[in-house]
Amino acid sequence: MLDTTLPDFLASDAQAAERDAVGPGPVPLTLDVNNVSHSLFIEPKTTLAEALRDSLDLTGTKVGCDRGACSACTVWLDGKPIAACMMLAIDVGSRKITTIEGLAHGDELHPVQSAFIAHDAVQCGFCTPGLVMSCAALLESNPTPTIDDIKAATSGHLCRCGTHPHVHDAMLDASRIRKT
Amino acid sequence: MNSFEWSSPRDIAQAAGVATTTVAAAMVSQSGRLSTDGVVFKAGGIDLLDLMKEGLLVPRGIVNLREIPDLAVIAQADDGGVHIGANVTLAQLAADPVIRTRFLALADVAGNSASPQIRQVATIGGNLLQRPRCWYFRSRDHHCARKGGEVCFAFAGENQYHAIFDHNGCAMVHPETSATALVALGAKLELTNAAGTKRVVGLEQFFLLPEVDIQRENDLTPGEILTAILLPPPAPTSRSIHIKQGETDSFDWPIADVAVALDTAPGGACRAAAVILGAASPVPHRAKAAEALLVGKTIDADVARAAAHAALQGAAPLTKNAYKLPIFETLVRRAILAVVRGG
Ligand SMILES: Cc1cc2nc3c(=O)[nH]c(=O)nc-3n(C[C@H](O)[C@H](O)[C@H](O)COP(=O)(O)OP(=O)(O)OC[C@H]3O[C@@H](n4cnc5c(N)ncnc54)[C@H](O)[C@@H]3O)c2cc1C
Ligand code: FES
Ligand code: FES
Repeated sequence: MLDTTLPDFLASDAQAAERDAVGPGPVPLTLDVNNVSHSLFIEPKTTLAEALRDSLDLTGTKVGCDRGACSACTVWLDGKPIAACMMLAIDVGSRKITTIEGLAHGDELHPVQSAFIAHDAVQCGFCTPGLVMSCAALLESNPTPTIDDIKAATSGHLCRCGTHPHVHDAMLDASRIRKT
Repeated sequence: MNSFEWSSPRDIAQAAGVATTTVAAAMVSQSGRLSTDGVVFKAGGIDLLDLMKEGLLVPRGIVNLREIPDLAVIAQADDGGVHIGANVTLAQLAADPVIRTRFLALADVAGNSASPQIRQVATIGGNLLQRPRCWYFRSRDHHCARKGGEVCFAFAGENQYHAIFDHNGCAMVHPETSATALVALGAKLELTNAAGTKRVVGLEQFFLLPEVDIQRENDLTPGEILTAILLPPPAPTSRSIHIKQGETDSFDWPIADVAVALDTAPGGACRAAAVILGAASPVPHRAKAAEALLVGKTIDADVARAAAHAALQGAAPLTKNAYKLPIFETLVRRAILAVVRGG
C-alpha cells in the first residue's frame, strides 16, 4: 500500500525484494519427485522430508534426528545425496528429487536393494532407505567402489542396530555385479 | 520451527540490505524472550534451520541467497589468487582441481567437514558464519552470556570440548573448521553492505574474541552479504595441509584441528610459516611462537617437535580439557612434517 505513494527513486531494490516475499502462510509450489511433478500448497517452513512424508505420502524417507546428523532422511537432489530434513521444500525449486520409492523399476529392484537383501543388511530398517540412497548414488559415480569408497560414502549414516558391516559386504557385492 | 516469510532474490544488489538484522543480534535477549521481527539471510540453511528448529532463532523472514548465480563461482583473481563465491559448497571446494593443487589445506578441510550429505548443501560462506556449537549456547534452557545472559556456563560445567586459549568471559571454540585452513592461507573476505558498497577484510581480523564482543563471533553488520572469499596466490614454493582429530572417525566437528602453511626455499630454510590451531580458542588461534621458531630453519623432526611444543605456549586449559594439549602438540608436529615431506 505504502509504496504506491513513494516517489520512484525511493523504491529501492531491497524494497522490491521484500515485496516479492511469500508466506508465512501456505504457498503453491511444484516438486519434481521420482520424475513426477506434484503441486503442493504448503508453508515455506515445510522441510522436504515433511513434504515427502506428509503431503505426498512417500513415507520411505525416514526422519531420525531432524538435524542433519543421522542421514536417515537421505534423498537425491539432482542425483546427489542430501539430508531432506535440512532442506526446505520451497528451496528445491526445479531441481529433481529422487526418493527410495523411485529406485526400483516396477518389481525389478535396484542392484543395491537386492544386495542389501542378499546380505541381510537390514535390522529394524529405519536407517536403511537412507543408506540405500547413499550406496546407489555411489554406484552411479563409481561403479566399482572399494571398501574405503563405501565407508566414505556412508560415513554420515548412523545405524543403531549396527548393520554397517553387512552394508559394506552388500556394496562390495553390488560393486562386483556392476562389473560383470 | 516458526512460520516465516520467504524471498529469493536473483542478484546481490537486490539482496543486500533486505536482511534487517544479523543472526547473532536476533539471538540476543534480556529475558530469553526472542525478537520475532528480524529478517535474516540463508545460504545452504544447515545452521539456520538447526537454530530455528531448536527455537533459538525466531525470524519473521528468510532471504534465500542460494539462487544468486554470482555467488556460486570459483574464479581466478587478477592478482593470480582465487576468488571463491560465498555460495560455493564444501563438496565443490573439495573436488575443485585448482583448490586441490594450490590450496590443499582448504580442499582437505572442505572434504573432511561434516557428512557427504551436508557438504553437498553447506556453503563456505555459511560455514564461516555458523554459530558456535557450545552445548550451553545451543540449549534453550541456558541463557548464557552470548545470548544476553549473565554467565558462561562452561567454566563451572561440562567443558571438555571448550577453549584452551583466550577464553575471556566465554569458553566457546570457533565452530567453522574451514577458518583454520583459510587463516593459514591468508584469506580475505569481500563483504557487500546494505548500500551496495564493498569492503575487504582479513579473515583473521573479521573474527572477534569474547573480550571484544561476547554476543557475536565476527564483524558482520546487519544487511551485509559475504560475497566472496579471496585467497592470495601462494608462493610456488609453499605448501599447506589441514588435519583434524575427531572423537570418532565418522563425521563431527573436530576436538582439535591444525592448519600449517610453509614456504620453503628449494632445498633450504623455511621462509614463512603459518601455524593455526582450530577448536582451541573462540577464534582460529595463531601459534606465533611456533611460527617464529620455524622461520629461518631447515625443518627436521627436532625442529618440528620444538615448534609443536611452542605452539601450546600460553595455553590455559579448563577443568576438563587438558587432554587437548598433547593432541594439539601431536597434530602440529605431524602437520609440519607432512608439509615438509610433501605427503
Ligand atoms: C552433522 C553435522 C556435522 C557438521 N560438522 C562440521 C564440521 O566438522 N566442521 C564445520 O565447520 N562445520 C560442520 N557442520 C556445520 C555445517 O558445515 C554448517 O552448518 C554449514 O557449513 C553452514 O553453511 P550453510 O550454507 O548451510 O549456512 P546457513 O545455515 O545458510 O547460514 C549460516 C549463517 O550464515 C549466514 N549467511 C550465510 N551466507 C551468508 C552470506 N553470503 N552473507 C551473509 N550472511 C550469510 C546466515 O544468516 C546464517 O547466520 C556440521 C553440520 C552437521 C549437521
Ligand atoms: S533425519 Fe535428517 S539427518 Fe537425521
Ligand atoms: S537397521 Fe536399525 S537403525 Fe539401521
